[in-house]
Amino acid sequence: MRTDLAVIGAGPAGLAAALAASARGVGVTLVDAAAEPGGQFYRQPAAGLGAGRPEALHHRWRTWERLRDGLAASAVRVLTEHHVWCVERTPQGFTVHALLGPEQEEPAEVPARAVLLATGGYEQVLPFPGWTLPGVVTAGGAQAMLKGGLVVPGRRAVVAGTGPLLLPVATGLAAAGVEVAALVESTDPGRLARHGPALAGKLPEGAGYAARLLRHRVPVLARHTVVRAHGDDRLTGVTVAALDAGRVRPGTERQLPCDTLAVGHGMLPHTDLADGLGCRLDGLAAAVDAEQRTDVPGVWAAGEATGIGGAALALAEGHIAGCSAAARLRGTTPDPAPAAVKARTRLRRSAAALDSAYAPPAHWPEQVTDDTVVCRCEEVTAGAVRDALDLGAGDERTVKLLTRAGMGWCQGRMCSAAVAGLAGCPPTPSRRPFARPVPLGVLARQHYSQEGPS
Amino acid sequence: MNPLQLAGARPGPAFTVTFDGRPVEALPGQTVAAVLWAAGITSWRATRGEGRPRGVFCGIGVCFDCLVTVNGRPNQRACLVPARPGDEIGTQGGTGHEEVRRAD
Amino acid sequence: MNESLTCDVVVVGAGVVGAACALYAARAGLDAVVVDRGPVAGGTTGAGEGNLLVSDKEPGPELELALLSARLWAELAREGLGKAVEYEAKGGVVVAGSEAARAGLEELAAGQRAAGVEAVSVPADRLTDLEPYLAPGLAGGVHYPQDAQVMPALAAAHLLRASGARLLTGREVTGVLRGPGGAVRGVHTDKGDIHAPAVVNAAGTWGGEVAARAGVALPVLPRRGFVLVTEPLPPRVRHKVYAADYVADVASDSAALQTSPVVEGTPAGPVLIGASRERVGFDRSLSLPALRALAAGATRLFPFLAGVRAMRTYAGFRPYLPDHLPAIGPDPRAPGLHHACGHEGAGIGLATGTGHLIAQVLTGQAPGLDLGPFRPDRFTEEAE
Repeated sequence: MRTDLAVIGAGPAGLAAALAASARGVGVTLVDAAAEPGGQFYRQPAAGLGAGRPEALHHRWRTWERLRDGLAASAVRVLTEHHVWCVERTPQGFTVHALLGPEQEEPAEVPARAVLLATGGYEQVLPFPGWTLPGVVTAGGAQAMLKGGLVVPGRRAVVAGTGPLLLPVATGLAAAGVEVAALVESTDPGRLARHGPALAGKLPEGAGYAARLLRHRVPVLARHTVVRAHGDDRLTGVTVAALDAGRVRPGTERQLPCDTLAVGHGMLPHTDLADGLGCRLDGLAAAVDAEQRTDVPGVWAAGEATGIGGAALALAEGHIAGCSAAARLRGTTPDPAPAAVKARTRLRRSAAALDSAYAPPAHWPEQVTDDTVVCRCEEVTAGAVRDALDLGAGDERTVKLLTRAGMGWCQGRMCSAAVAGLAGCPPTPSRRPFARPVPLGVLARQHYSQEGPS
Repeated sequence: MNPLQLAGARPGPAFTVTFDGRPVEALPGQTVAAVLWAAGITSWRATRGEGRPRGVFCGIGVCFDCLVTVNGRPNQRACLVPARPGDEIGTQGGTGHEEVRRAD
Repeated sequence: MNESLTCDVVVVGAGVVGAACALYAARAGLDAVVVDRGPVAGGTTGAGEGNLLVSDKEPGPELELALLSARLWAELAREGLGKAVEYEAKGGVVVAGSEAARAGLEELAAGQRAAGVEAVSVPADRLTDLEPYLAPGLAGGVHYPQDAQVMPALAAAHLLRASGARLLTGREVTGVLRGPGGAVRGVHTDKGDIHAPAVVNAAGTWGGEVAARAGVALPVLPRRGFVLVTEPLPPRVRHKVYAADYVADVASDSAALQTSPVVEGTPAGPVLIGASRERVGFDRSLSLPALRALAAGATRLFPFLAGVRAMRTYAGFRPYLPDHLPAIGPDPRAPGLHHACGHEGAGIGLATGTGHLIAQVLTGQAPGLDLGPFRPDRFTEEAE
C-alpha cells in the first residue's frame, strides 16, 4: 500500500515526525523493527509481562504517554516488526524494503512518495582486554534487556565507560535490585562544569541521578577506567585504574569483583539507509538543513541519525522534520511549533557540550594488548590490526581488507571506531548498502517478479 | 527488589523451553536472551574461530554476538527473538550451519 | 614531507599488479619504489574476488598470459607465500544449463586443451561428485584443475613486502618527468620527485590518467561489478563454480548490465557471488537490479543459497581497454615508460605474469611471451 511519507524508526524522532506530518494531512506509515513503538529510549516491557508500573523503568514518562496516545488517536499506519534493509529510489519516489520480524526471512515493501529517516543510534564500545567475556554487556544493552524483558544480567555490576547514558543505567540496575559496585566514568567532572551554561538545562536531571546514586549507595569513580575484565568463561571481576591526562596512572589499579560489566563509550548514529540513498554525511551523521532535509530530494532525517543529542532533541527534530515533509508534499509552508525550533537550538548546543566533555581516555589504545580481540565477529586481535598497519595499511578500509576486521555479521558496527583508533585515523562512516543481512532467496524472488524468469 | 517487582509485573502463565536439552522456565513476551538471563545463563554461542563463549552484548540486535540456534534454525539473534512454548534452544558453534547439515 | 628519491624503477600503483611488478623487478636486481595515492590495494584489487583463472579465457594471448601467471602463482605459493595470501589451488568448475551451452563449452574446452589447459569434461551425473550442492538438471560441465584463488588485498600486501621495495602510500603522482629527448626520468608527486630511468604504470582503472600525466593516451575505462558476500558457511562450495555464459559476458562489448553467476567459497567462510558487468563510469551507488540478478543466478546454481543471508555487497571497477586485453610493456611514445594495466576483471590472476614480463623488459631481456598483442600504443594507431 502506497503512502505519502514513510517514517523509518518509531523512537522519539520518528514518533514526533509521524504525528506532526499526519496532523497536517499527509498519509504516514511508521515502520519499525520492534514489536512496539518507542525505540530504545521508550522501549516498553513485552505485553505478556503485564507490567503495571512500566514508568518505574523510564524517564519523562508523561512525554511517552502523550506520544503513545497521540499515535493511537492518529491516522498513522504503524508497521511493527519491519526490519528495513534498504530504501530504493524509484521513478515514483521510494520503496522501503523490509524483512518481517523476528525471523527476517519474508520481505515486505512500502512504496512512498517521501521518506523520513529516524533510524536512531547505537552504542560505541572501545575494546579492552576481556571485553568479549560473557557478563560484559553494553550499558545500553543492559538497559534494553531491563526495559524490554524485565531481566538483569547478574547480581553485582560495574557500570563503566563515559557518557550521559551511564547514569540512568547505573540507577536503573540499582533500582532493579542489582548491587552496583561502582560507576566508573573516565571523564573529569570538571570538564562538565566548564560547559556549565550550555548544560544548564541538564543540571536538574544530573542532580536527580546524583541523588539516586547516593540512595542506592553507588560509589562513583570519576577519572577512572576499566583496564581489564577478568574471568575464564565468564566475568568474575574488573580491574579499574585512575586516569591522568588520558593515561592510566601506574600503581592505581585495583580489582572489583563483579559478574556484570555494563560499558559504553558514547553513541553512534545509524546512517546505513541514509548513505545507501546517497545522502551526504557530515562526519558520521546524516547532514540536514534547517528543515531536517537531507541533500537527496524527498528524504528527511531526524534524531540521533543526524547527530547524537538525546531524546528531547530527537523529539524537536522529528517534529520539525514532520512539519517540513508534510508541507513539501502538500505544497504549503512548513509550520513547526516555535518551541520546537527553540528547543532544537538549545539542545544541539548542550549536545555539543556533552560530546566535547565526555570522551574516552585519549590514550585508550595503549591499554589494548596485542591479544585483545578487536573485531568480535571475526575474532581479529589488536596484534593482527597492528601487523596490517605494518604491511602498509594506513586506514580503516585497508585494515579491514587485510585482517577481516569489520567483515563479520555486525559489519564493523562494533569495531569500526576501535580499528580507526588503533590505526590512528579519525573514524569514517562505513558503507553498508544492506542495513541488515538479506536472504539471497528474497533478492532472487524479486528478480523473477520484476524481470520474469530467465 | 527485582525487575519484575520494580515494574509491577503480573506476567501471564510461565511456560517451558529447553536449553541444550534441559528445561528452562520462560515468561510470555520475553526474548530468548531474557529467558536465558533470567535462568542465570549468560553464554550460548561458541565462536567460529576460537570457540570462545558469547552471549548478549549490545542487547538491541546490532552486534550479532547473541546468535543462537532455535528449533534447528541457526543464527537467530537471541535479543530479538521471543521465546515460545516448547522452543528448543541450543548452544551454537561454528557457523551454526553444521548442526543443520547433520539434521538433514 | 618533501623528499627527493632516486631508484631504478618507479611503480605507480600499490595494487596487486604493481606489487608483482615490484617483486619481479626486485628479484631481477632493480631498486624499486612503489607509489600510490591511496593505501595498499585501495583500488580494484581491494574489490576483487581473487580469481586466478585459465578457464574463462579463449585461446589467444590472454590465455597464454594466464597460463604463465598460474605457473608463477603456484611457484610463489610453494616458496612460502601461499598461506599469507590464502592461495588455494581449488580448481574451477564451469557448468552448462542446457545441451546447447554444453556443446559450446566443450568446443571452448577443446581449444583450451590445445593451448595447454587442463580441462576435464564432466558428465551431468558426475557434477555432484565435484560439487555436492549443485542444482539438479544441469547438462554437464568442465573441470579446470589449474584455476586457483588468492585473497587479493593480502596478495598485494605480501608481494610488496616480499619485494623489499620502498612503499610510498598516500602520495599522488602528479606528473611524469621527461628528459630533453622525451625519455622518462621519474615522477613528480605531491610530496616530492622520484627520479628513475623507468616508470611502470600499474594504476589499474586509473591507468589512463597516469598515462595522460606522461603525455600519452591509453583508453582505460571502468566496468562496474558488484559482489555479494554471504554469511560465513561451512565449506559447501569447493571450487570456483560458474555458468558457461560467463565467458561470453566477459568478452562482450555491451554497456548494459550483464550478470552470469560466479560462486565460490572462501577460507574465511563467506561465499562470494559475482559477476555483474556494467559500463556506468565510476558510479558506486547501489544497483538493486544487479544484485537481484546475481542472487537469482547463484541460487539457480546452488539452491541452498536461497536460505543463506547476504551480509554485504560492494562495487568495484574493472579497468578495461577496448579490445579487452591489458597494456603490458614499453611505450614507444615515451621511452622509459612501461604500462601494466587494463587487465579488466583478471588483474589478480594475470599480475604475476605481467610483473615477470615487465621485469624482463626492464632488465633488457627478451620477454617470455610475445608482447605484440599487449602493445600500449596499439589504440593510437587505430585512431590515426
